[in-house]
Amino acid sequence: MTQATLPDTHPGRGRSWWRRNQIGITPWLFLAPGIAFFALYVIFPIFQSFDVSLHAWDGLGEPRYIGMENYAELAEDPAFYTSLRNNVIWLLLYLLAIPAGLFIALFLNQTVTGIRLYKSLFFFPFVISQVVVGLVFTWFYDPTFGLLNIVLGWVGLGPVNVLGDPAYVTYGIIAAGLWPQTAYCMILYLTGLNAVNPEQIEAGRLDGAKGWRMLWHVVLPQLRPATFIAFVVTIIGALRSFDLISIMTNGGPFGESRVLSFYMFEVALSEYGFRMGYGAAIAVVLFVIMLLFIAYFLWSMYREERDR
Amino acid sequence: MLNRLTAPLAALSLLALSAGGAFAGSHEMKLEGDLKIFSDMSNPAPRAVMEGMVERFEQMHPDLDVELTVIDREAYKTQIRNFLSANPPDVANWYAGNRMAPYVDAGLFMDVSDLWDDEMSAQLASTKGAMTMDGKQYGVPYTYYQWGVYYRKDLYDQYGLDEPQDWESFKANCQTLLDNGVKCFTIGTKFLWTAGGWFDYLNLRTNGFDYHMKLTAGEVAWTDEGVRQTFANWRELIDMGAFIDNHTAYSWQEALPFMVNGEAAAYLMGNFAVAPLREAGLTDEQLDYYQFPAINPDVELAEDAPTDTFHIPSGAQNPEAAKAFLKFVTSAENQTMINAGDALGQLPVNAESSVDEDKFLKEGFTTLSENSPGGVAQFFDRDAPAEMAKVAMEGFQEFMVRPDNLDQILQRLQKAAERIYE
Repeated sequence: MTQATLPDTHPGRGRSWWRRNQIGITPWLFLAPGIAFFALYVIFPIFQSFDVSLHAWDGLGEPRYIGMENYAELAEDPAFYTSLRNNVIWLLLYLLAIPAGLFIALFLNQTVTGIRLYKSLFFFPFVISQVVVGLVFTWFYDPTFGLLNIVLGWVGLGPVNVLGDPAYVTYGIIAAGLWPQTAYCMILYLTGLNAVNPEQIEAGRLDGAKGWRMLWHVVLPQLRPATFIAFVVTIIGALRSFDLISIMTNGGPFGESRVLSFYMFEVALSEYGFRMGYGAAIAVVLFVIMLLFIAYFLWSMYREERDR
Repeated sequence: MLNRLTAPLAALSLLALSAGGAFAGSHEMKLEGDLKIFSDMSNPAPRAVMEGMVERFEQMHPDLDVELTVIDREAYKTQIRNFLSANPPDVANWYAGNRMAPYVDAGLFMDVSDLWDDEMSAQLASTKGAMTMDGKQYGVPYTYYQWGVYYRKDLYDQYGLDEPQDWESFKANCQTLLDNGVKCFTIGTKFLWTAGGWFDYLNLRTNGFDYHMKLTAGEVAWTDEGVRQTFANWRELIDMGAFIDNHTAYSWQEALPFMVNGEAAAYLMGNFAVAPLREAGLTDEQLDYYQFPAINPDVELAEDAPTDTFHIPSGAQNPEAAKAFLKFVTSAENQTMINAGDALGQLPVNAESSVDEDKFLKEGFTTLSENSPGGVAQFFDRDAPAEMAKVAMEGFQEFMVRPDNLDQILQRLQKAAERIYE
């Protein structure tokens, strides 16, 4: 192995070194381009943004080192806590998409004429761009001309200014986000239901299981992989809930519907934002939160592999 | 070099008005090469104006190849940060006042003080201050427009109201309208800056231009008694219910239908609101304009008139041609042409230009040139640093919904100001 550092001095030996290690090295060679770009565009920026978060920088002039000041300011920034709170609300309520998707999938998992059409109609919201979803819901919520308030008016309620009232705004946006997300979970469960073993259903039926018991003890355990994926995409979806907020409220009214990703954008990159360092500090906090989830997913995937 | 430039250009711009392209050889200064222009004039009418200017400039300088890139106006606001340092054009659009400060401080805009000779300084006197930082000029203006109260004259006539002359009649008018089930003002604060317009006028009328400028420059505290007085005046209107409900849900365009439908009688807005109101069917008999009346009789009237500008980035490849273009843009003939009612429909900055026959432009011109002795402000988000503007306008919006939070809001603004102005 000492020759390994000087492979080209003796061509004959070099070749034999290559022969000896070919099998071990080949996968790394194939992975090399991927690793290089992953390191350059993902790993490196993580450290870079941590570095930026220690500076005061407007993106144009010279960065000035200020240590942990950005984080100290963050700790006292009410807007940061509002965003953090909203992030938590998003994470919790967005998970509703999973049971909702499951029940629509169970409902649609039958053979009647035209079921394909119904399935595609239910899947439709996921196909539309988030921007369109945001616009449609904005009109739906409009306090004066919107459908929601017209309907509420029929039963003597309202008008409710959903997107203009700090108390309702986050829930209003999450409801809009749940529409496509439920469709996504539904399609995951529909494919999962195809893979459910009919013999086990049969066996369950012979043992007298039906309804909820059948679902809970026979069907759901077999849907575990689908549930896992649905959980992952929903958590990620909740954490990147940026476009809907940007379209529907622009973070308003007075910043009450911001989440961390939107606040970071506003501080660092928007029309009024010039604070790269502060934005980077928010990004680091968001990264740590995401890291917790990612670590959990990796761990549970690892555990599953090991059990097999 | 400048004197050589001025004479032929003046002659040329006259020629450009009259004839086609036979005058190419008539000037001694030949401009060659490429001239790269990045513009944010992306709406249909401004785009046509920009393209027309480029065409006329190219006819004057046949050897010059002008390359115009029009970028969406909103996207431009963030892109300018990248292209000024990475890929600078020769000429770029931007705004006057504090909005250009970050780029001037970072050395990204070229000092064009040599363009501002006595003649130009006289012609563009009204905005020279807004183009100046540390005694040097960093760009030229091409258009501005007035702000003021646009109102439904037919509604005012119906309830026997006149244009208000002072704060008392302003409020009395409003009360009459409210008693008849009409809101006094429409507004959409979803994107915050509309509330900034209200603060500007209330503060300019309560404390005057100098105070307002000191506040936006960070020399007066937000917790100052004067600021509180401004908010107290504002609160009188809010408590009356003068503004439409649910304004936080609307953009400024989405707030227009309330005025068109007659549910609200007036709109404190820039002159750009006239075009969509006319398109929505309001005639010039129904729609009228008045200058925001005095509140504190001891302060001189001052106005908001946001100015749009051209600048030369420091990294320009062809600064000579760029300066010629800036000179061309500011000429009286050009400014008359591009600000006409069928073009931008705004006010020329050059004092020797003539104003379009449009009644709003004429009134606006009078307001700015004769009835604004206090001074001309740019607009809240251009006078104050961008960051401060954002925090403050959010505070204004909150105040309009929850006026009881005022103390908390002002303390938050003061804390932000202490950090931003350092």
